Amino acid sequence: MDTNISVAVQTTDFDIAQEYARLAGDAAIGAIVQFVGRVREQSEAGAVSQMTLEHYPGMTEKVLRDIGERALARWHLHRVRIVHRVGPLQPADQIVLVQVAAGHRFDAFEAAQAIMDFLKTEAPFWKQEATPEGARWVDAREHDERAVQRWSEMNDEP
Amino acid sequence: MRIFYFGRLRQVFGLGEETLVPPADATVAGLLAQLRQRGGVWAEELADGRAFRVAVDQAVVPPDAPLQAGSEVAIFPPVTGG
Repeated sequence: MDTNISVAVQTTDFDIAQEYARLAGDAAIGAIVQFVGRVREQSEAGAVSQMTLEHYPGMTEKVLRDIGERALARWHLHRVRIVHRVGPLQPADQIVLVQVAAGHRFDAFEAAQAIMDFLKTEAPFWKQEATPEGARWVDAREHDERAVQRWSEMNDEP
Repeated sequence: MRIFYFGRLRQVFGLGEETLVPPADATVAGLLAQLRQRGGVWAEELADGRAFRVAVDQAVVPPDAPLQAGSEVAIFPPVTGG
């Protein structure tokens, strides 16, 4: 198990300052990119009052770790951290954190984007939105499938 | 063999988990055929051309993947996290 990859699936919120402090200790790290995904108040279906995230315990952690491993194999990275929340969330709540620590910015930027693209198409999470018309399961988006194709060398799924 | 259902499929089937013996041909395709024979939402949601994924032992697999009595199977819609 690669100790440079750390993943967490949790109902509680994450603290970016705390996560940053934990990640950034090594002076060899010259670049850190952080991505935070949040619950939007608006979806295609209208106003969103609540979003509930379901996942597949066990497989989720395994897939997130595997995505981190593939990023470490492709770019020059020091550390990868992925945190994803599950359960009921409100608009403006944080959903997902991806942190990438590298020697240089190019690797950090690219790897962070690729990790998110793979997370969106491979990690077993499902969103259900509460809207004025009732609850609806969010559909998978075709543009997420296209986005992930940019990283074809990393796409070594069986 | 334990089978889990997630997301919209869990809701439509009204079932999160069940235990079945592996199908005669011991493949994912055989299991799907068996589930479709239940008719109704099972036949509809698991029909050819519908978008769903099957994982065996927590990895997404193609229809010809083998199954064993101890396999952990999951059937779910395309993922929507992030």
